Amino acid sequence: MSTPTATAGTRPALRSGVDLGTTVGDLGRLAVRGLRRESRRLDALFVNLALPVGIMVIFVYVFGGAITTGASGLRYIDFVVPAVLLLSAGYGAALTAANVAEDVNGGMIDRLRSLPISSWVVPASHVIASVVRNTVTAGLALIAAVALGFRPHATVGDWALVLALVSGYVLALSAIAVVWGLAVRSTQAAEAFSFIVLFLPYLSDGFVPAETMPSVLRGFAQHQPITPLVETARALLLDQPIGNAGWLAAAWLTAAVVISVPVAAVLFRRRTT
Amino acid sequence: MDEAAIQAQGVTKSFGPTRVLTGVDLTVPAGTLVALLGPNGSGKTTTVRILTTLLAPDGGSATVAGHDVRREGAAVRRSIGLTAQHNSVDDLLTGRENLELFAGLHHLSGPKGRRRAAELLERFDLAAAANRRVGTYSGGMRRRLDLAASLVAAPPILFLDEPTTGLDPRSRVELWSVIRELLAAGTTIMLTTQYLEEADRLADRIAVINNGRIVADDTPDALKHQVGTERLLLVLARPQDLHRAAPLLATQADRAGPGPQLDADTGELMMAIRHPDELRQALVRLHQAGIGVAQVELRAPTLDDVFFELTKVAA
Repeated sequence: MSTPTATAGTRPALRSGVDLGTTVGDLGRLAVRGLRRESRRLDALFVNLALPVGIMVIFVYVFGGAITTGASGLRYIDFVVPAVLLLSAGYGAALTAANVAEDVNGGMIDRLRSLPISSWVVPASHVIASVVRNTVTAGLALIAAVALGFRPHATVGDWALVLALVSGYVLALSAIAVVWGLAVRSTQAAEAFSFIVLFLPYLSDGFVPAETMPSVLRGFAQHQPITPLVETARALLLDQPIGNAGWLAAAWLTAAVVISVPVAAVLFRRRTT
Repeated sequence: MDEAAIQAQGVTKSFGPTRVLTGVDLTVPAGTLVALLGPNGSGKTTTVRILTTLLAPDGGSATVAGHDVRREGAAVRRSIGLTAQHNSVDDLLTGRENLELFAGLHHLSGPKGRRRAAELLERFDLAAAANRRVGTYSGGMRRRLDLAASLVAAPPILFLDEPTTGLDPRSRVELWSVIRELLAAGTTIMLTTQYLEEADRLADRIAVINNGRIVADDTPDALKHQVGTERLLLVLARPQDLHRAAPLLATQADRAGPGPQLDADTGELMMAIRHPDELRQALVRLHQAGIGVAQVELRAPTLDDVFFELTKVAA
């Protein structure tokens, strides 16, 4: 043969024979691809740009007048902003399921897998693109909120924690979305994940105080993961005591990532071989 | 260069209870083009997917560029380009962005990748459409971009899975000339196709695959000789003459094995013709025996004919 025949294992290598620096570069290249794709899809742009502003407006002006914030004594806009932040970012993160499904069901995956790259980079790049995109979306929602009268009281440290919380939430949801996207057979079924993610926050302490719900729903609302996430964000943004919500939120997010990443890896391997 | 670029021995693969490959043996010498010819479901794509490390074989062994496809997948992937059957470029990116992405994933440096992308766009006549999204491309343009994407790293070995299926005749001829150029530049190519004509025009050797097994592996000329270059279709004036006509023509067809095929309902008789003289002889013999011919038709052998002949010989 006229070509150099480098064999695997002549240098420190991952499973695929690609070194770590190169793999990080590949992740970046594919994440940029993911972001470019999203920037060219009208539906994705709507979800990422118009939806957060729209939801913020609806809750503050349409529902806000009729909802009391119960024992918290907060203005409704202050009460609801953390939930809208998470709702907007989460809905965008759920789109990761459809993006992954599209790659796996289409012809693109064959091309990507015949390249000298580690194959797990493909779903991982969707997660990275999602974190970037939806953290920006949450930022937009926040700007809209401030324009509508939201007045946060947070230190720089608090803001850093809010950023970590939102991007951690997007990371966890995107990782779960990858699992969903790989588990279902079609892109349409993958899109259904968005609806679950869209409705889950409503059954939390985020939009109305859980104490106003009937007992069964209240039990669910008080114990589902969105509630400690919202309570943590609220405490950070409004300078209130966090209680154990912060630890609970961190535990939920960590658990989601730790469980879904290996499941996604196994599913990806199974779907693509 | 006497080493085989692609070698498969006894490769088997099943999906659940379905045995897709029952033992594929295949050799592609470096710098040559081997066409894997077969109908839908014969195992062409599965063979390509195994050789390009997309699928693990159940049994047998295969090496590509001297590397075992199972144990040295990364090394194999560094030596190959693949144009899969379905479009495998990103519709939402432009042609240029696609090529630059793949150049990056082949770990060409930024400037080098951009140069390579520009070069390929020029060569595949896509420069004018370079900054348009692939979603707006025609079928032929997409296919060319797909092929260009397989070439960013200038791989010594190229796999083309049904590269011209679904293309209009002009795009097909264009793609053929590109494939010939690549071959002339020293690339080893394995191409799958359903079209005998395509295999005939491009390949140094044709491997015919049927039911997951290579049933013939020879030069196009040798295969055509075996199958017959033309099919002669005769419709007799009176169908009841068929049983008299068949033996007259069988002696002539004997040299290549299978005799003429008969259809008693329609009075049709079909046989292979290897030389124009054989057509004349056939008509003279029928005329001398007083058998009237209503219709004479010559046609190129189809893939069906190839399989009919080859499976008959094998049986």
